[in-house]
Amino acid sequence: MLVLRCSLARTSWCFVSFRHKHSSRWPRQKVKSPLRAKRFSRTKMFHKKAIYNFVGKKVAATKKPVKPRVVEKQIGGDKNGGKRYVLVQKRPAVYPTQDRIRKRPAKQVFKSHVRSLRPSITPGTVLILLAGAHKGKRVVFLKQLDSGLLLVTGPFGINACPLRRISQRYVIGTQTKIDVSGVKLPETLNDKYFKRQKQKRAKKEEGDIFQNKKEEYKVSEQRKADQKAVDKQVLESIRKHPDRKVLLAYLSAMFGLRSSQFPHRLQF
Amino acid sequence: MPFRRFVETGRVAVVSDGPHKGKLVSIVDVIDQTRVLVDGPETKVPRSQLRLNQLHLTKLRIKFPFSASTRVVRKAWKEGQVQEKWEKSVWAQKVAAKQKRAQLTDFDRFKLRRARSRRNKIRTASFLALRKASSRNGFLYGKSKMAKGGDKPKPAKKAEKKPAAKKAEKK
Repeated sequence: MLVLRCSLARTSWCFVSFRHKHSSRWPRQKVKSPLRAKRFSRTKMFHKKAIYNFVGKKVAATKKPVKPRVVEKQIGGDKNGGKRYVLVQKRPAVYPTQDRIRKRPAKQVFKSHVRSLRPSITPGTVLILLAGAHKGKRVVFLKQLDSGLLLVTGPFGINACPLRRISQRYVIGTQTKIDVSGVKLPETLNDKYFKRQKQKRAKKEEGDIFQNKKEEYKVSEQRKADQKAVDKQVLESIRKHPDRKVLLAYLSAMFGLRSSQFPHRLQF
Repeated sequence: MPFRRFVETGRVAVVSDGPHKGKLVSIVDVIDQTRVLVDGPETKVPRSQLRLNQLHLTKLRIKFPFSASTRVVRKAWKEGQVQEKWEKSVWAQKVAAKQKRAQLTDFDRFKLRRARSRRNKIRTASFLALRKASSRNGFLYGKSKMAKGGDKPKPAKKAEKKPAAKKAEKK
């Protein structure tokens, strides 16, 4: 076995040495210990290194430009000598006496957060609301507001869900889509529009604080007008849907799970 | 009643578990009490051993010698028209219906529900009409319970045609 391996090794040697006669990839002899025999003789190494190419040739030594090791630096102050020589490459033992002034990361505020929208939700998607006063209703998604909340509408005439904001977390996007490309929303429909109005506290002098009745929420005329304007357009686009009649009934019906229905197994 | 479906060479079975779940295979050889060699050349199931509890036996059987090569199995499979016969079976239809149902979207489910309730209303109405007619003419509860004066047996209204729409697809 040993013999065989040796012979194999030898043949492979020959083979390779023929092919890469002067190749530098071929291993040089690496003899670290003086006790071990060298793999190649001097003559052999002469050929392997192709020293014959260099015999009798003189190559001008390339001179590298010497890099300065120190730099002269001006020092302010009267009694400081005016200048210092500072090492370009600091010694390994040197460490800073002061913390470096670091650049602070830009402040992350809600305003600057990146808004994302689930790909299943696009303008015109029928959504199933899962939270809030209108949970279980199927509504039409109109657009995403700057705050990242979704602007939806029932339409109000169909399922009594008004123009409203809701987080996409509390919504199931269905595959049913209505083409709302023709719907033009009033510019005023933004986050500020939907912000809760703060009640002003009554002054102490004015009557009894306990008697003070809270003002009930009243829908403003502005909202009613906007609702009307938007719903009219949305209904029009619903009418263009091939299944318009069923779709209207669908939007007015509440969502619910029947027996042996599991939301994670259902297609929406 | 004697058993009709045996674990035997040529028996067509449905894989009930594993990566090939739901595919048809044919038993090529019986390895031992719990395992068989199966092959599904037409259903892209490579020849392999399967445990018997991963198989559901069907009523179909094709003929080839045990341990036959895939080529032979394929030939017998085609000649036996396994695929065609399988698709006609109630079992396969149920599987298909189940799959279809699982793919329904929310809107589809709504439409289905609507159609079903409409069909059921029509059916109930026609049933009640029939019952009324037959109880009045004494057919249902006997002559003693007949309405006074004895209505003449009205020709029962023919049940309206069910909304043939989509919902024939399943109920």
